[in-house]
Amino acid sequence: MTDVQPANKRRDDKVVIIGAGHNGLVCAAYLARAGREVVVLEAAAQPGGAAVTREFAPGFRVSACAHLLYLLDAQVSRDLALESHGLKMARSNLRTVALAADGGHIVHAGGKVESGPVSPADRAALADYHARLQRFARVMGKQHNRRPPRIGGGDRSDLLGAALLGLDIRLLGRDDMREFLRIAGINVYDVLEETFESPLLKGTLALDAVLGTNLGPRSNNSVLTLLHRMSGTAGGDYGAVALPAGGMGTVTAALAAAAQKSGATLRCSSPVARITLEGDRVSGVQLESGETIAAGTVVSNADPARTLLQLLGARHLETGFAERVRHIRSRGTAAKLHLALDGLPEFTGLDGALLGERLVIAPDPVYVEHAFDHSKYGTASPEPVLEIVMPSVHDRSFSPQGKHVLSAIVQYAPHDAGAGADARRGEFLERILGVLGKYSPGLRRQIVATELLLPADIEREFRITGGHWHHGELALDRFLMLRPVPGAAQYAMPLDGLYLCGAGCHPGGGVMGSAGGNAARAVLAAGSTA
Amino acid sequence: MTKYDAIVVGAGHNGLANAAYLAKAGLKVVVLEKNPWIGGAAVSREIQDGWIYSNCSYVCSLLRPEIFRDLDLSRHGLQIVPYGGGVTCTSSGDILGNYTDHDVQRREFARHNARDGDAYHRYSTDVMRQCRFIRPLLLRTPPDPTSFRVRDIREMVYLSREFAKLGEQVIYDTIRFYTMSIADFLGEYFESDLVKAHLSGSGIIGTALGVYSPGTAYVLLHHYMGEVDGSSGAWGFARGGMGAVSKALASSFKSFGGEIRTDCDVDQLVVRGGKVRGVALANGDEVHADIVVSNLDPKRTFTKLVNEKDLDPAFVERARNFKIRGSSGKLNIALDGLPTFPALGPDNPLRFGDMHFIDSLERLERAYDDWKNGTWSKDPYLDLLIPSMTDPTMAPPGKHFMSVFVQYVPPKIHGRDWTDADRDAFRDTVVEQIARHSPDFKQLVRHIEVRTPRELENEVGLTEGNIFQGELTMDQLLFNRPFPGYAQYRGPVKGLYMCGSGTHPGGGVMAAPGANAAREILLDLRKPNTVPEGWTDD
Repeated sequence: MTDVQPANKRRDDKVVIIGAGHNGLVCAAYLARAGREVVVLEAAAQPGGAAVTREFAPGFRVSACAHLLYLLDAQVSRDLALESHGLKMARSNLRTVALAADGGHIVHAGGKVESGPVSPADRAALADYHARLQRFARVMGKQHNRRPPRIGGGDRSDLLGAALLGLDIRLLGRDDMREFLRIAGINVYDVLEETFESPLLKGTLALDAVLGTNLGPRSNNSVLTLLHRMSGTAGGDYGAVALPAGGMGTVTAALAAAAQKSGATLRCSSPVARITLEGDRVSGVQLESGETIAAGTVVSNADPARTLLQLLGARHLETGFAERVRHIRSRGTAAKLHLALDGLPEFTGLDGALLGERLVIAPDPVYVEHAFDHSKYGTASPEPVLEIVMPSVHDRSFSPQGKHVLSAIVQYAPHDAGAGADARRGEFLERILGVLGKYSPGLRRQIVATELLLPADIEREFRITGGHWHHGELALDRFLMLRPVPGAAQYAMPLDGLYLCGAGCHPGGGVMGSAGGNAARAVLAAGSTA
Repeated sequence: MTKYDAIVVGAGHNGLANAAYLAKAGLKVVVLEKNPWIGGAAVSREIQDGWIYSNCSYVCSLLRPEIFRDLDLSRHGLQIVPYGGGVTCTSSGDILGNYTDHDVQRREFARHNARDGDAYHRYSTDVMRQCRFIRPLLLRTPPDPTSFRVRDIREMVYLSREFAKLGEQVIYDTIRFYTMSIADFLGEYFESDLVKAHLSGSGIIGTALGVYSPGTAYVLLHHYMGEVDGSSGAWGFARGGMGAVSKALASSFKSFGGEIRTDCDVDQLVVRGGKVRGVALANGDEVHADIVVSNLDPKRTFTKLVNEKDLDPAFVERARNFKIRGSSGKLNIALDGLPTFPALGPDNPLRFGDMHFIDSLERLERAYDDWKNGTWSKDPYLDLLIPSMTDPTMAPPGKHFMSVFVQYVPPKIHGRDWTDADRDAFRDTVVEQIARHSPDFKQLVRHIEVRTPRELENEVGLTEGNIFQGELTMDQLLFNRPFPGYAQYRGPVKGLYMCGSGTHPGGGVMAAPGANAAREILLDLRKPNTVPEGWTDD
């Protein structure tokens, strides 16, 4: 896919982008480079959306939502010269440490076990498993910057898109293609049970598949979310993990700089109240302050439900379409825990040199599944699973000298935001600290300050419906041409001038920037034919 | 010793259908059955004097009408009697009826939730559209999408074309039907938890998935795509019990000159020079034929029937990983009279259909959690029928036979085998749930036959007691069933074929796998095809 060319005829047509999340910024940068007049409106005081670094206790900073980088699109990075705007990695190819309460941890990365109680059979199996998933993930990765094809009702380019997808799968070769078609729709638990012996290894691999989803390891679709997570190369190779220097905020700061350098205007603290219409096409937006901004094109980085049902209003949509939007599943299950520590914590049996890696508490797949069971009924896991990162080990900008920051994604959190939320937060925090205490008995005494963001808090702070970081469950029924809703997967909404560019669209969430780039191309394609 | 053209191992309904089509084409065929009776899981057995139990499968809808007509099963004694309706009874004493009449059903849903009444029309239209799409595929051999053979490419083109004909929105609906959970799927139509719970039962019967597990919407479709007498989605009783299906198939097979040997336990496949030569029996005898068709499930076929040394290790691995996962049990009950269900009243015709005692999706999901945790559901989902109300041949005059299908029941209890005490406790769980809705039920019980996966495996031979011979999940459907690359009924050894429900299109007493396998065998033998193809809508 080539860079966007300034070829449109409606140069005067101003574009408003709602939300300066990473996708909104990517979209803004591409459109501005193509010569469009672009204004990005951000509700918060700083750009970044859910990819921000902020202070949570005096002197302690943390990536407030997403905390690791897997998927940032290589093409976007290149096109927007993000390195020249300050993006660099504190660490690429982070290792994963599967913590065991007894200290028998498994350290692995890129399909290789570096240490830990793992049988030779499991070591070989992990290498095969990882290599195979990488081959599948590469097929998924190839789709990131493509517009999902319309099936059955599209034109020649849709047919071509579908054919390309078929071809990519076919090119895997017979054995891989069969395996891909077999496992793409099923659950990671079965695949792990087929492949490995070690419960600890299976547990940590199961966690990779369910992070950020409302799925358990035994839920079908969990292989799909695993492949999605592995489908980028930002962390090094496919599936590798990186920690940006300065946290996730550096990524969006670089994007904001790129967008502004290309000529886009960025206005923070400017929450949009609604999208305005003139007849049956979009005429601009009105801010909460009452100010109106006229624009022929509005691109929303907000999630589909928020954009279409709140900012636009269901009454402007065809009933069936509004109904489909209402049914987008966006119940977030991931909480975010931030601990300010007065020193480096100790984990039983863990070499201090490994504290900067990605630490995982998921001792076996059944444990993970049990943690999920509670989420089905809206309650919190009594024994949650955790993905822990201590960015201050790599980067002194996160905490005062000698002090440290622990950032953890915790599943599965209670999702009800109603009365008693504070009591629930306190209770859940106790459970989490209880689990952490089994692995790091001294941790509790080192805590200086705590912040726990439940999905409801994430919903409020980052304005994401349900606090779901994919802006809607990533599943086979919400994938490719079915994302965000069937029949509207090509970024343009069924209302002239309105586009979506966020994680709710293909290819989904995870700080990729692909949706923003694809949306920009859709806007430009429409402009050039108008 | 006589040499046969083909040996079919196992006299289940698919084995018999397969044998019938082979015999019809002029082959000399023998069916070998280990039990003293035929039928596999489609049997009628007099366990209690005077009572006939359909003690495994118990209702009929999916049996392919093309096969029914083609093998002339009515002449061979098979009669399917449709039963009207069904009902879900809630713990608060309310009911939700199941009616065959569309408008009555709509009003019944509207009684619980006005908008759900309106949604019912949209729902049933969408489901029927999916059924019409899938039905023609049941009697077709799935293509291999990785193959470049003309035949596979032609079939892929056919499928793509049929798919494209559906139109854009219906295509999207189709994809969603195959991938969603039944709870999410129903959530797109209905609001009432009771309506959703009532409909979602069909999404979990026989499968080790919960109502919230993606993939269960398809299982619902699997239960809807049948018909009785041209009435789509209807279910019926085989008069005389499900054994009547097997008996009619056997009779049809014999009319073409076929031979059935019962009490004939096949020990192992005989393979020489990479080719099938026949089978060795447990008593040491050998029966010879160049074609052996296994009606056993894929796991049993490739880990027990075939000697491991005759197979590629990668293939054996695949067979081991085939997901069977038994999840159902059954109680067959002889009753001294007709139990009353106060929620229904004495003359409510809904009693003639299937009864369920459930009122929310959460209750169903929790039943699944128990299974996941290694025990039978403490609050199970029951599919209860009293066939003797419709078919008096099932019990002595004035007496009744009750069939209670139970979801979920695991093949092992916390990883160990079932004990008799477990079985009794399981029985009591089920009996108590029924008794809560029928005060006189317990007094009327004369005999109960308890069927856990252990009994289903030991007696019928279904591994882990899975009623579909393997899960109906996406990784095991169409060209993935039973394994990718082996969906065209041919085994990995020349001359070995599979014809059980573990192959496309799966279980449910369809007889389609048996017929499809026969078509492939005849193709390999270059004999004219005797098997009906596609779907003949009349």
